[in-house]
Amino acid sequence: MTAPTLVDFDDVVERFDPMLGLEVHVELNTNTKMFCGCPTEFGAEPNTQVCPICLGLPGALPVVNRTAVESAIRIGLALNCDIAPWGRFARKNYFYPDMPKNFQTSQYDEPIAVNGYLDVELDDGSTFRVEIERAHMEEDTGKSLHVGGATGRIHGAEYSLLDYNRAGVPLIEIVTKMIPGTRERAPEVARAYVTALRDLIKALGVSDVRMDQGSMRCDVNLSLSPRDSGVLGTRSETKNVNSLRSVERAVRYEMSRHAGVLDAGEKVVQETRHFQEDTASTRSGRIKETSEDYRYFPEPDLVPIAPPREWVEELRGTLPELPWERRRRISAEWGLTDEELRDLVNAGALDLIEATVAEGAPAGEARSWWVAYLTQQANTREVPLDELPITPAAVARVIELVASGELNNKLARQVVDGVLDGEGTPDEVVAARGLAVVSDDGALIAAVDEALAAQPDVAQKIRDGKVAAAGAIVGAVMKATKGQADAKRVRELIIERCG
Amino acid sequence: MTDLIRLSAAELAEKIHSREVSAVEVAQAHLDRIEAVDGSADGPGVHAFLHVASEAALESASLVDASLAVGTAPASPLAGVPLALKDVFTTIDMPTTAGSKILEGWRPPYDATLTARLRAAGVTILGKTNMDEFAMGSSTEYSAYGATHNPWDLTRVPGGSGGGSAAALAAFEAPLSIGTDTGGSIRQPAAFTGTVGVKPTYGGVSRYGLIACASSLDQGGPCARTVLDAALLHEVIGGHDPLDSTSIDAPVPAVVAAAREGANGDLSGLRVGVVREMGGEGYQPGVRASFDGALRQLEKLGAEIVEVSCPHFEYGLAAYYLILPSEVSSNLARFDAMRYGLRVDEGASAEAVMAATREAGFGPEVKRRIILGTYALSSGYYDAYYGQAQKVRTLISRDFAAAFAQADVLVSPTTPTTAFPIGDKVDDPLAMYLNDLATIPTNLAGTAGMSVPSGLADGLPVGLQIMAPALGEAVMYRVAAAYESTREPLVAPEVKA
Repeated sequence: MTAPTLVDFDDVVERFDPMLGLEVHVELNTNTKMFCGCPTEFGAEPNTQVCPICLGLPGALPVVNRTAVESAIRIGLALNCDIAPWGRFARKNYFYPDMPKNFQTSQYDEPIAVNGYLDVELDDGSTFRVEIERAHMEEDTGKSLHVGGATGRIHGAEYSLLDYNRAGVPLIEIVTKMIPGTRERAPEVARAYVTALRDLIKALGVSDVRMDQGSMRCDVNLSLSPRDSGVLGTRSETKNVNSLRSVERAVRYEMSRHAGVLDAGEKVVQETRHFQEDTASTRSGRIKETSEDYRYFPEPDLVPIAPPREWVEELRGTLPELPWERRRRISAEWGLTDEELRDLVNAGALDLIEATVAEGAPAGEARSWWVAYLTQQANTREVPLDELPITPAAVARVIELVASGELNNKLARQVVDGVLDGEGTPDEVVAARGLAVVSDDGALIAAVDEALAAQPDVAQKIRDGKVAAAGAIVGAVMKATKGQADAKRVRELIIERCG
Repeated sequence: MTDLIRLSAAELAEKIHSREVSAVEVAQAHLDRIEAVDGSADGPGVHAFLHVASEAALESASLVDASLAVGTAPASPLAGVPLALKDVFTTIDMPTTAGSKILEGWRPPYDATLTARLRAAGVTILGKTNMDEFAMGSSTEYSAYGATHNPWDLTRVPGGSGGGSAAALAAFEAPLSIGTDTGGSIRQPAAFTGTVGVKPTYGGVSRYGLIACASSLDQGGPCARTVLDAALLHEVIGGHDPLDSTSIDAPVPAVVAAAREGANGDLSGLRVGVVREMGGEGYQPGVRASFDGALRQLEKLGAEIVEVSCPHFEYGLAAYYLILPSEVSSNLARFDAMRYGLRVDEGASAEAVMAATREAGFGPEVKRRIILGTYALSSGYYDAYYGQAQKVRTLISRDFAAAFAQADVLVSPTTPTTAFPIGDKVDDPLAMYLNDLATIPTNLAGTAGMSVPSGLADGLPVGLQIMAPALGEAVMYRVAAAYESTREPLVAPEVKA
């Protein structure tokens, strides 16, 4: 296969209009699967979370998980959708070894939520409205592991292993309407939309939305049409886009690739493509010669879903503060500029800071800890900020210890290091490492006197009223006490002794 | 003791519970009978059973005896009574094949709800009975394990798909059996073998663990030699099951009381509807004569006979043969050699193995219906076929509703003909399908129906079908029991195996 010709991005947007469409699958965090009582926990031994129902054994029947329906309705409401008063599941028929029944139970033409929108914030602070076509419930498939092939792909594999733990895990698929008018911002809009959706669903508490673990997966549909022509191009569907950055890169790559195909006077093939993380490119999957015939029909083993109006309204009442509303509130409360707020959001620090504040820490200090020292530690340890092994409560406690004078900033950092290294709570680290500030004036006075004696010229300057010169003595005392002195108290003592 | 096998379930239960005979003796008598007359697929005999679970049956019976011996009340009115289970319900301790090669030797890791209820009731499960593959057929000839023979004439079919369950009753191999009825698979074999078979209201008996033929039509139900026995079994297996979403959350109709009341032989005040469109052309003269006789009997019992019209019933067969294959094509997709059952390891890819396995594992009738259904559901045809068929279904339901406004129950011949010779229709699917003409509307509407013996035509049994509205089983059983009380039981000639 020859490498595709890629057109420079700026050139693409000069001459073409992109049409974007995004399909996002979200794995719900219900305790049990969509149609049976099996646990859904991620990472269990293969085929240990299965039963006759999710294995599709002969005779087994599905029963709808009420919590999954509840989560679907809450997502729909948060996306400003209409909730269908009545709807059936359908069977999507196709053969694949990791699908136990060889049909997927999914909502087809009667989705639970339709016609909504999500306002997403772009980097320049402007808002872009993405229209939502539908959100529907379905079950996940199992996983195939192809062994012996060079690339882990089915082609060339010696054999395949099947793990059905994921089979039947509830999924919500959220499909946008076609998103026109994004132009050069198409990659950014795509990322911003998926980010906003992730934050929203996280706030609802219905999914872990971990793209790295597959609990949130994105398919990018893209087509190009000649600029301002209004003619709809042929689209490609890129699967396997598993990070926010990849969403942006996949859109960018496909725009360049489509333009290359069109420039060569060829036709874009309507096909499924797979995103390649390593090269930030897409690779052709199966070609859809005709649209696949899934032979949908209403699932006869399930009764229709008919959520009563009152239930839907009750669920509307359970919607949490939405992420963007929350951001607006926090920004006002903490007196942040839009830019500062965005930095916090981008750093993934907002939740952590808010939680730290909730534990009693002042906003300024909480912010400073998370965006400075802890962000730096996260980078060093190569983990996301929210996976650092320290809780907001622990950070709040460290801030409290500093405020009460029991720790100074330097010691506080050492306490945090101890917590990150698994040495226990801040108080345990303080005790174990002997990091309490020396606040016994007797010991400090001795150290101050010693330092003043060692530097008589400086001592004289202070006596002459040049208080700024005290800094050198403070430094000497801090050094002598291995940093465990309260610098403010040391300064007071120096002035006192020179007075 | 040899005549234990001739007793009804109710009579056996009474003797067992009063400790006049032991459940083990009763089980053994039936196991001996099976040994004597069932034969095998190749040899002579009825061949009602695919699997006989002698040890498990005797053990289950001995537990009932032990429990009764210490004065514990019987677990149910049928505790200790033997039963033959259609091989379409999963059983943890017996193979379950649905009459198909593709499931040969499969041991389910779970019991169907119905199986579990039978066990909890102390019923002795003798084994699993033969059936048309995946319940598709009207003669049991489409079983992958050989045909079942009608005890009335071993050269004839016992009907299907539940031919094994019906033949086991007629041959006195079991006093009770379980069938499933998708388009007549309980009622038609009952008619062909001179036994009683009931298709309950859709959702009345749990489908959890019933290997699906067509999900929206399938319904498990009781088979017996008497109406009261069927009623006793109905109450054991019926009722809501949280594992089946389509199961009705309502009490089981009081069919035992209704059957006892009906046995008094008084139907005065009851209106019996004769469906004008059922019983005309295509019905064997002997069958029509038997039906007319039944109507006269019902009138004598005090019932008022009224004529009703169900104009859309004539589209029932066509609609059925779109809906059923459509659901079949999807339900049977899971048999792909990846997880259980037959596996033909030909070809280098999963797809090739799936194709080779399905080619080898499914019989001709199953393949025919999978192809029909795949076609009917395909894009561009869905509305014309499946969609239209669903509309017919609605119209048939309305016909029933209108008819039940004029009559408490409806009656018709269960089948157009009596049992036909083995091999007669096996190559003529349309002729085979016509067997279910009178029984299919009930499945499409989800209502209740049953067949009771109404005598012989040319030496072969004929069935009277009684139909009732959804959850209207009580009145249906009452009429059936009243009619039964006017007749001598039909007894098949002694089987020479």
